[in-house]
Amino acid sequence: MSQVPTGTAAPSLFDRWREAYAKAGEREAAFETVSSAPVKAMATPADVAGTDWEREVGYPGQFPYTRGPYVSMYRGKLWTMRQFAGFGTAKDTNARYKYLLEHGQDGLSVAFDLPTLMGYDGDHPRAAGEVGRCGVAVSSLKDMETLFDGIALRDITTSMTINSPAAIIWAMYLVTGQKQGAKLADLGGTTQNDILKEYIAQKEYIFPPQPSMRLVVDTMEFAARNVPKWHAISVSGYHIREAGSTAVQELAFTLADGFAYVEAAMERGLAVDDFAPRLSHFFNSHVDFFEEIAKFRAARRIYAKRMRDTYGAKNPRSMQLRFHTQTAGCSLTAQQPLNNIVRTTWEALAGVLGGTQSLHTNSMDETLALPTELAVKVALRTQQLLAYESGVANTIDPLAGSWFIEDLTNQMEKGAEEIFARIAELGGVVAALEKGWFQREIGKAAYKYQRELETGRQVIVGVNKFVEADEDDHEIEVLKITEETERECLGNLATLRRTRSAAKVKEALDRIRTDARGSVNMMPAFMQGAEAYCTLGEMVDVLREVFGAWREPAVF
Amino acid sequence: MDEPIRVLIAKPGLDGHDRGAKVVASALRDAGMEVIYGGLHQTPEAIVEMAVQEDVEVVGLSVLSGAHMHLFPRVVELLARAGAGHVLVTGGGIIPAEDMAELQRRGTGRLFGPGAGLRELVDYIRAEISRRRTAARSN
Amino acid sequence: MKPPVTSTAGAELVARVRAGEELACARLMSLAERGDARFAALHDGFFRDLGRARRLGITGPPGAGKSTLVEALALHWRAQGRTLGIVAVDPTSPFSGGALLGDRVRMGRLALDKGVFIRSMATRGVFGGLARATDDVVDVLDLAGRHTLMIETVGVGQSEVDIARSADLTVVVLHPGGGDTIQAMKAGLMEVADLYLVNKADLPGLDRLVQQLQDILEMRELPPDQRPAILTSCATDGRGVAELAAALDAQLEARARSGLLARRRAENFERRVRRLVDGRLRHEVWEVEALGALLAERVAQGLPQAAYGLSDEILTLYRNRRPPEC
Repeated sequence: MSQVPTGTAAPSLFDRWREAYAKAGEREAAFETVSSAPVKAMATPADVAGTDWEREVGYPGQFPYTRGPYVSMYRGKLWTMRQFAGFGTAKDTNARYKYLLEHGQDGLSVAFDLPTLMGYDGDHPRAAGEVGRCGVAVSSLKDMETLFDGIALRDITTSMTINSPAAIIWAMYLVTGQKQGAKLADLGGTTQNDILKEYIAQKEYIFPPQPSMRLVVDTMEFAARNVPKWHAISVSGYHIREAGSTAVQELAFTLADGFAYVEAAMERGLAVDDFAPRLSHFFNSHVDFFEEIAKFRAARRIYAKRMRDTYGAKNPRSMQLRFHTQTAGCSLTAQQPLNNIVRTTWEALAGVLGGTQSLHTNSMDETLALPTELAVKVALRTQQLLAYESGVANTIDPLAGSWFIEDLTNQMEKGAEEIFARIAELGGVVAALEKGWFQREIGKAAYKYQRELETGRQVIVGVNKFVEADEDDHEIEVLKITEETERECLGNLATLRRTRSAAKVKEALDRIRTDARGSVNMMPAFMQGAEAYCTLGEMVDVLREVFGAWREPAVF
Repeated sequence: MDEPIRVLIAKPGLDGHDRGAKVVASALRDAGMEVIYGGLHQTPEAIVEMAVQEDVEVVGLSVLSGAHMHLFPRVVELLARAGAGHVLVTGGGIIPAEDMAELQRRGTGRLFGPGAGLRELVDYIRAEISRRRTAARSN
Repeated sequence: MKPPVTSTAGAELVARVRAGEELACARLMSLAERGDARFAALHDGFFRDLGRARRLGITGPPGAGKSTLVEALALHWRAQGRTLGIVAVDPTSPFSGGALLGDRVRMGRLALDKGVFIRSMATRGVFGGLARATDDVVDVLDLAGRHTLMIETVGVGQSEVDIARSADLTVVVLHPGGGDTIQAMKAGLMEVADLYLVNKADLPGLDRLVQQLQDILEMRELPPDQRPAILTSCATDGRGVAELAAALDAQLEARARSGLLARRRAENFERRVRRLVDGRLRHEVWEVEALGALLAERVAQGLPQAAYGLSDEILTLYRNRRPPEC
């Protein structure tokens, strides 16, 4: 019999239950989460006996922030409803942003296409067939200006999912804001800018780790000094989870990455309280409801303790883990897509019960293509329904004190600490990723999960259970990006190259080269490059020249 | 069917999400095939070069970026030009059913979308290669 | 489907290989890997033209960075205009019979260079005749006119060590901190090395490993001119690669002049023929169905059985078998 708890202060009643339970029988051979973690039949007070509640759980807005970083949480302000969006040309995406803002979205979130993510202009040979397909194509300041045409950057916050070329894209955003008349100090938002997880999971890397870390610290420094409302990094676990890691791996690898950035910034000479208040995080919310909630709570507690005790943070804001959540893309199915609405709903609910600061809910059709307007509206409404009808936002951290949840939170923390120790043995995050350790661990977990799916040990409704033969995949309309997009982008680029000042471009690129070779903060050089209408590809090519290109270590 | 089936698994284009490609590579190895892992960020030209040198019978591509209508046909075309038109081009990723149909018309084999089982893929490759080998022998 | 190889097609295939055509090379290699009888026949036709290529065996325990090293050497020699062939051998899973051949992905910088032909091979099981297949595949690259050939194996099994040995020169690659030396000794790698390369020289423990190697060489009491050199490198940075390349070229030159190369090739050839005879004999014996059947029947009767007596019986049966009808 699996994981039956050991007893409480009232042995006879519990023993009676245990005996009866043994006779009652279980419906499965084993009960596991999607991460293959065993699940207790039932929790009792004994599972959390000895907990110092004030020290370990406490109150929202108080160390260790297990119950939330803010005193009033959703009673004061709901989470930000921030739907990730981007496709086609900047003009197309600008229209989608206006649609979302009209329909009640609070903040913008930019998805870029692969050429942009990888530092190629739309007219580069390697960009063929990829322009505007999985995000918006931004090759220059001109595109950035078009993207936010009619949207005052001073009045909104924008999250940009960009990593290797983040500093350059951020420079374009900042210059766009300035050209709209805003001051840098007015501009708020986030750049994902989490290069470590690229090596580990998403593989959208360009340069090797050392120069990439330098660029990240440059942005942290520039933000701390000049753009105080900006979150320079969104330390991400979402992608690590999507690549197939378990929940505790997602938790530990993400926090470890964050701590690596903290250490790098401190090595640069930045005081932890100067930059840590503007660090943010980004987690996945996957299908196992309770595992996810426990993960979020454990994250906050681990982070607070580390920041205070290891890195000497004094400002409470340096110890508060604030995060964005996205529901799990990898949990969606192409089969019976309407089921995805339901999955996304409980994944979103887990994020809310876990105390997320902002939330993206996936659309039902995203296993097939980028979402249609209808699908994205339903996804947004899902959040609004949770916020305004379900009542879960009307009280703070309601699951605190649940023996099951608190026990699971404790276990998550313990599991994460074990992984931290392993990483330290390997020489730290950068050393471990250069050895391919994270990548292999994730690959093993992914393969294990797939095999368990094949045997039916893990279930996905519509895929290996309740399968519908002769299913028509066309039951919903799918968004199509046409070749027209690529042609338009190429046209815009050609015009840009013709009409800008070649002299200014050369001057800016030369400065980028010089600054890259030195050790100055590169942001001013990138802003100059943006203003001169240098293209992204031109600026990245200079960096490729100076920094070199990264190739993966052995992955099998 | 004595001779092991040699398969090249690679990711063309800029998309780096390799969870599927790695899972498939492991599964094919566990199914007794010799899998040459071609890696990420490969151009169609490099993929075909590898396929030719390794004399594979199967090329499996993983594309999640939406660029499949460009990348699959390009690999098919280059294989034919290199004299390797007999190679089965299969794969998967985020590919809507109507695009799969069109790609098959343009020369790929069956393609596998999200939720396809490993068993299905293995059985397909074995059956298809067996069919092709038998046909070759009887010529 | 792959066009089959008829006898005229065979001759044509060989002609195309001589002309350096990649596709033809690949197909001839596949014939060889399969142990196809037609390859042997074709080989008899082209063996006189072999021997121009220099063959280097690169072996060592896993984790030593062999693929990175091979890539670095290749880039170095390519810059000098040499054409190259690389054969990378990886283990077949004893459970599934499949293999994950992940060496060429570590040589990504050679991807589009037609001057480097890379072929991945799996060990394919105990009686798969790995050494035979590798010799044959390497011969194809020789025939195609490639200047320098590198055969990379993981030196953990006897076959893999044999392959490394059957090159003109064998490099054993080690790295500090891997407990490698002991491994290498067990696999018999220490005896086969013509040169030791300690890669990942930036890791701690370098000096100790080099000292250990020197001690082992001392114990073998070789005359100084026959003692294998010990070089170091950091293949990921390219450090030590030019020196290694130069040392290998120099050693080959010296052996060519002194007759040592010819002697080595003769030894390798002899070993190869013995292996071929052994393999064919073994195949011939067990091809006689009655023999396998006898063995199976006795085993089914249950142990203990007389191992020697039974093998005598089987051999007698073999010698007395009726020749096939003419």
